[in-house]
Amino acid sequence: MALIEFKNVAHSYLRSPTRIEDYALRPMNLAWRHGGAYALLGPSGSGKTTLLNIISGLITPSEGHVLFDGKDVTLLPTTQRNIAQVFQFPVIYDTMTVFDNLAFPLRNRGVAAAEVRSRVSEVAEMLELTNDLRRRASGLATDQKQKVSLGRGLVRSDVSAILFDEPLTVVDPNLKWRLRRKLKEIHKRYSVTLIYVTHDQAEALTFADRVVVMNEGSVLQQGTPQELFERPTDRFVGYFIGSPGMNFLPCLLSGEGAEVAGQFIPLAPTLLTKATQATGLEIGIRPEAIGLGDAGSGLAVEIGDVEHLGTRNIATCRLGEHEIKVVVPPEQPIPSERGILKFNPAMTRLYADGRLVG
Amino acid sequence: MSIRLESVNVVSMGESVIRDVSLTLERGTLNVLLGSTLAGKTTLMRLMAGLDQPTSGRILVDGKDVTGVPVRGRSVAMVYQEFVNYPSFTAYENIAAPLRRAKRLSASQIDARVRATAQMMHIDHLLQRLPSELSGGQQQRVALARALVKEAPLLLLDEPLVNLDYKLREELRSEIRELFRAGTTTVVYATAEPQEALLFGGNTIVLDAGRVLQYGPALEIYHRPATVRASQVFSDPPINLIRAVIGPEGCRLSPSVAFPLPPHMRALPQGDYRVGVRANHIGLAGHADQGCLIPAKVELAEINGSETYVHAGHGDFQMIALLQGVHEFGLGDKISLDLDPRRLFVFDGAGNLVAAPAENAGGAGAH
Repeated sequence: MALIEFKNVAHSYLRSPTRIEDYALRPMNLAWRHGGAYALLGPSGSGKTTLLNIISGLITPSEGHVLFDGKDVTLLPTTQRNIAQVFQFPVIYDTMTVFDNLAFPLRNRGVAAAEVRSRVSEVAEMLELTNDLRRRASGLATDQKQKVSLGRGLVRSDVSAILFDEPLTVVDPNLKWRLRRKLKEIHKRYSVTLIYVTHDQAEALTFADRVVVMNEGSVLQQGTPQELFERPTDRFVGYFIGSPGMNFLPCLLSGEGAEVAGQFIPLAPTLLTKATQATGLEIGIRPEAIGLGDAGSGLAVEIGDVEHLGTRNIATCRLGEHEIKVVVPPEQPIPSERGILKFNPAMTRLYADGRLVG
Repeated sequence: MSIRLESVNVVSMGESVIRDVSLTLERGTLNVLLGSTLAGKTTLMRLMAGLDQPTSGRILVDGKDVTGVPVRGRSVAMVYQEFVNYPSFTAYENIAAPLRRAKRLSASQIDARVRATAQMMHIDHLLQRLPSELSGGQQQRVALARALVKEAPLLLLDEPLVNLDYKLREELRSEIRELFRAGTTTVVYATAEPQEALLFGGNTIVLDAGRVLQYGPALEIYHRPATVRASQVFSDPPINLIRAVIGPEGCRLSPSVAFPLPPHMRALPQGDYRVGVRANHIGLAGHADQGCLIPAKVELAEINGSETYVHAGHGDFQMIALLQGVHEFGLGDKISLDLDPRRLFVFDGAGNLVAAPAENAGGAGAH
């Protein structure tokens, strides 16, 4: 049980950082409530692994304090923090059996043999490893090894939080679905805090109740998957979440809306008043929030490439010098060469210098 | 060039890794080799490259038997999962290396080729840097450029994007797609992700446990997977597979779920089958009313921002439904799923496809 808090935590790998760019993690305040399922999402180099390692105690932050349930643990080593961590690549003992690997974290802490047996068999059952318990770990395929690695992270019943550092990278798409589901079942059953680091937005959104988006050592936005999808507060979040990401179109305000490449897009009046003084204006709209037809009012565009992805098609449209991606259901015909785009007004956002207006 | 594999087998340490593969890849085609880890993708590519030799069978290039000819004697370029570059060479020298080795071009010809290729891969501003001064994505662009600059008639790419960030992957994918669109190069691209096979288009080779399950245009396989296994390899999220019995009254999935036969299933004899349906062809009842209601209990709902994956169980089978929009469900909630029988793949007892939905089955009503 623990509330995990960061108070002005910052970290630099340099001895005496001077500029803000010297920090792998820029000063931040954050809180993880007990029992939450969190994802830390960002590109490589965004500081997400540094952040994870500060929680687990593998790294002592150069500034600030880490609190567990109000108690300062900044200087405590990993072993005294009651944290389990699962890494990107399997960390297991090849010469041991699967059973002994899973039992290791428990035996290490002097857990009684009967309890070890019952915990190991429960975790093995959940991860579909029961038939492999007597096998030597060295004989397993990489994704099987990663399951054992996950099992080692999950086997203790007394941890405050389980941290995952891109644990499904080496796993096939089909197994990914099953393992992610297992993790969520475990989360529901034990109400333990899970913090999951990934660069894969689809994985982050489907796994977490709350997603923390990072870039260049800072947290840009925290929210539910729906909030991040519908109202990205920062241009980067719009781009990084969603596949393809949000479309951004430089625009000028004009009358009751915005003008892009000589064409008009209506905007909510409240947005217009807020944006009168703003600079660097762009319309932001999700490819899923645009309708594509061949007639009616809307934006006249040229239709270029169409990607057929089975469950959906993606059309790349041109408006002047701008490119607009549109997601089209597979059953819907796509006009050739020219089409009309209709923006869903409830999903049309305005950005000023990269930040959400309104 | 065209490459042909005839009854190729590879046995390694007593285990069959490649089993009786016969395959012809025509000149200038793009071929995606789709299979899970350990399916044999890398082994098959190494055979095509001449890095390894088959235990039995023949490999022909443009009709000529090259079995046993090592990689040096073949015109092949290969890109690997790991970013392989010469660490002490600049990006420029890395890209130029294969041309210098071939000793066929003058210095100015080499320079022109290196710069043109670098421009194509958007790394022309990074040519003077060492690999260690480049990000992962940039390093892989250099490796790709080095493979492309040779203009080898056979280009093999072994999951080249798997170690890159998701967004970078997205970017490079569409660039690679453009590069391969028009060309005389025969390309083989290995991946575990069905989405990549669809995105690149071209042909897909479905590989499973060392066997080629199916070969043909990507969308054709997506719409007509020849076997249960091929349908599984080609579905993400996983395809829903349900036991079914066709009787005089229609098709029955469970004691409480049955439906009259849709047109594409009417010619099938009565008996036991497995039906497959993709997650996006199961909806919520009352939404589009597709024709076959299944009472189910929610086991998990995953929301990705704009869509919801509902994992639900009915009796002893489990399904994943992809619903448009955000739907909140609790564990154990009772829902009614609606499955469109016109969208069902039907497999016989041996797992072979015996009926497939018409490509536009369901029309605009389905989602």
